[in-house]
Amino acid sequence: MPTRLTLKDHLLESRLIMQRAFVLLSIGGLLCLVLFARLIYLQVIAHEHYRTLSEDNRVKLQPLPPNRGLIYDRNGILLAENLPSYRLEITPEQIDDMQATLDALAKIVQIRDIDRTRFEQLRTRKPRFESIPLLFNLSDEDVARFSVNRHLFPGVEISAGLARHYPHGALAAHAIGYVGRIDEQALKELDTSNYRGTTHIGKIGIEKSYEGLLHGTVGLQQVETTAQGRVLRVLNRNAPASGRNLYLTLDSRVQLAAERAFGEFSGSAIAIDPNNGDVLAFVSLPSYDPNLFVNGIDFAAYSALKDNDRQPLFNRALRGQYPPGSTVKPFMGLAGLELGVTTSHSRTYCPGYYTLAGNERKYRDWKRTGHGTVDLDNAITQSCDVYFYDLALSLGIDNMHSYLSHFGFGRATGIDIIGEVSGLLPSREWKRKRRNQPWFPGETIITGIGQGFFLVTPLQLANTAAVLANGGRILQPNIVHAEQAANSSALQPYPPRLLETITISQQAHWDDVIHAMTDVVHGARGTARAIGVNSPYRIAGKTGTAQVYGLKEEEKYDANAIDEKLRDHALFIAFAPVDDPKIAVAVIVENGGGGGSVAAPIARKILDAYLLKETP
Amino acid sequence: MIFTPSRRHEDASRRGWQYRLHLDAPLLLTLFGACTYGLIILYSAGGGMRILEPQLIRLAIAFTGMFLLAQVPPRLLQRLTPWAFVVGVLLLLAVLLFGEISGGAQRWLNLYVVRFQPSELMKLAVPMMVAWYLADSRLPPHRWQLLAAALLIAVPMLMIAKQPDLGTALLIASSGFFVVFLAGLQWRLLAFFSILVTAAMPVLWHFMHDYQRQRVITLLNPESDPLGSGYHIIQSKIAIGSGGLFGKGWLNGTQSQLDFLPERSTDFIFAVLGEEFGFLGILLLFTFYAIIVVRGMMIAIQAQDTYTRLLAGSLSMTFCVYFIVNTGMVSGLLPVVGLPLPMVSYGGTSIVTLMAGFGILMSIQTHRKLLAT
Repeated sequence: MPTRLTLKDHLLESRLIMQRAFVLLSIGGLLCLVLFARLIYLQVIAHEHYRTLSEDNRVKLQPLPPNRGLIYDRNGILLAENLPSYRLEITPEQIDDMQATLDALAKIVQIRDIDRTRFEQLRTRKPRFESIPLLFNLSDEDVARFSVNRHLFPGVEISAGLARHYPHGALAAHAIGYVGRIDEQALKELDTSNYRGTTHIGKIGIEKSYEGLLHGTVGLQQVETTAQGRVLRVLNRNAPASGRNLYLTLDSRVQLAAERAFGEFSGSAIAIDPNNGDVLAFVSLPSYDPNLFVNGIDFAAYSALKDNDRQPLFNRALRGQYPPGSTVKPFMGLAGLELGVTTSHSRTYCPGYYTLAGNERKYRDWKRTGHGTVDLDNAITQSCDVYFYDLALSLGIDNMHSYLSHFGFGRATGIDIIGEVSGLLPSREWKRKRRNQPWFPGETIITGIGQGFFLVTPLQLANTAAVLANGGRILQPNIVHAEQAANSSALQPYPPRLLETITISQQAHWDDVIHAMTDVVHGARGTARAIGVNSPYRIAGKTGTAQVYGLKEEEKYDANAIDEKLRDHALFIAFAPVDDPKIAVAVIVENGGGGGSVAAPIARKILDAYLLKETP
Repeated sequence: MIFTPSRRHEDASRRGWQYRLHLDAPLLLTLFGACTYGLIILYSAGGGMRILEPQLIRLAIAFTGMFLLAQVPPRLLQRLTPWAFVVGVLLLLAVLLFGEISGGAQRWLNLYVVRFQPSELMKLAVPMMVAWYLADSRLPPHRWQLLAAALLIAVPMLMIAKQPDLGTALLIASSGFFVVFLAGLQWRLLAFFSILVTAAMPVLWHFMHDYQRQRVITLLNPESDPLGSGYHIIQSKIAIGSGGLFGKGWLNGTQSQLDFLPERSTDFIFAVLGEEFGFLGILLLFTFYAIIVVRGMMIAIQAQDTYTRLLAGSLSMTFCVYFIVNTGMVSGLLPVVGLPLPMVSYGGTSIVTLMAGFGILMSIQTHRKLLAT
């Protein structure tokens, strides 16, 4: 090739390349400018927007659940506490395959079906980025086993927390109640913002009734987290306010004495301080261990409790309704005296039965041979039925209803535990409304000895005994007497609440009845004289035997011959000391038989425990 | 200025160590600068020295490769070009037949000593081949020559796209195109091809893998799947945007350090830069890049024969495509294609290939004959 041409080509090519290079560089530069425009948009114009988004990424709001308030008895003995415990929590956001993760976890720690079900329920309700507890109260062994395998489970964490514990187990379980995990039902009723991070809620008893005070207020903290949700540091913290401690009116010693006194019997006993309405003992037996419920009771244990014939889960003190039997007689007597239907000296002959004019039916006295001629004092002391049949008929159902209702029969006492039932004080109106039937005179007669439709709860019965003891003041029974802020030693007492005062026309009437009741325990023929023999203080009481099973006219009651479940309930109400009453009790022993022989000794033990400070 | 056109015919006395070692000082210094800057960013993105050591070894290999290639005279390179190309195509074929699958794509040949990606070789072999072919005759190329050139580009490109490795296929296609364009592709034809390509888009869509289509959809509307395919883009936009003008400071990017940004030490490292050093930090990186591209184009213009001109120009402009595609993708302007940010992203054999390309540029620059006294 000639050099000239090459040179010319070279120059030509040079120019071409230069030109093309310029074009390419220009295009490249232009693209860079587009890119810069984009970056200026992102980093300058929309900077605030993206800064906010990045903060939202980085900073998460974490709830700090408050510590639940503690529960003490009146002497400061701990009844419900919080113990450190480990729980296994899962953050759904970080789990790809929940089923597989749960299955894999189940190989390391035991996961019961109930845990899974609860977890799934919570999962549908909580935001995906919040951790949800799967297991509670892990053993040290479980914690160790999981920790070794932890790298296999991103999104699954062990968290240390506090778990409710009832150190005395079944003692007063029906009063204290228990907490349980928040389930779907509870979630619907909750103030969810205050319960963020809280896993347990009071389910029953004081734990439920005082949930608002015990729970406290949730705290919040702003934390910086990684994309996986691992907390790096706390940016800002608003501490939770712990729940308030509660001091109960219960006296553990009296409670324990009462529960022990029942032995194998089912039943209920309530002890009340008649001066202020403090509930000193709240017994419903059989009881159960509330600790079983804290972290979800398993099915077998639950059905064992639920299907038990003796119904340990049933709160007899609050919800059990029993015929008051003869324990109603002092009130009847008082009604007769105060309404002028009878006097202390009026006498009635008791042949062992009672008949209404123009009616063949015999209303039997518990003593087949009869009590002979009795006045009110004898009638109460010996529990003569015929006397009260006659008195009831003289009073009439309307007078009976109106006078007895002053004492609180047929009406909830208003105790500060949720779930109380009202019992039943029958009346003409009630029968018409509920049964659409007229009232029959025979019903008046049996109502006079606390049978028939008449129903009371043990709590009600104890409260009426307290009214007798304190001279007619109706106080609202209360089981919590003070609250306390978590970080203070000062107690905030709850004042007693006087609901009503019964007007007494003659103090002598009242004294007569109490005298008769004292004779029940200390008199030579008293039905509960066995417990009065060696008593260092004087007791006023009244026995009762409530029929579960109606006897035919000529049938003889034979406790051994009939099924235990159909045996009579034994009742006893009392207060002591008579001169200056400090405690009133009601004891109901289910299918226990006689009030004097079974219920009264239990009451005596309760009185001793409180008045003599006897340790059970 | 690095270069002044009036000094095109340099004095022999000015030719010092650069010519003896066949290195180009401006390019070398800028490369060092860019790589150092890249290591600083990578240190933050990858969590410390742990990630820096292998990267340093890789850079050492890359710079050594560059130095060695710079010693090879362009003439020799030109003679070897057809062989390199043929070997490359055969290797690509081998990959398609026996290649190892890794990360869902068949890209690697196991040579028992090293795992080797033939597509990396083609990044250099394709522009070399097209330049070699076109340099044989007068420029601008004839129509039939263009067709042949198109074939030389399309065959390896399609083979790589099949692996699938869309990013590399794109780079190879553009490197070939740059050669043709620099060789004087007629504007009319260019317009014609542009229309053809635009028309072929729907057809291309049809042949795309699902994940590739998803990337396009994601680009258009990342919020459509914020936890899935849109997550990368959303998080990287947040990272860049929250960096602002001056950035949050080295090691202080919350998006980067707290794991919100995926693949932050590899393909998305640009977002770390944007978050921690802000717009100004990005400008600094682009300054390095601009110097490299401009210097490369100068070398192309100064080159003394057609082959070296075309090759040098193509290599420089391909580098330009490299970083524009990556930064465009990370800032949400382009669909996500797997391309690293050159000299900053961690890992890959691509840095070795890239430096080899710069070695060729230096060789072209330092093997020139003196034309004037």
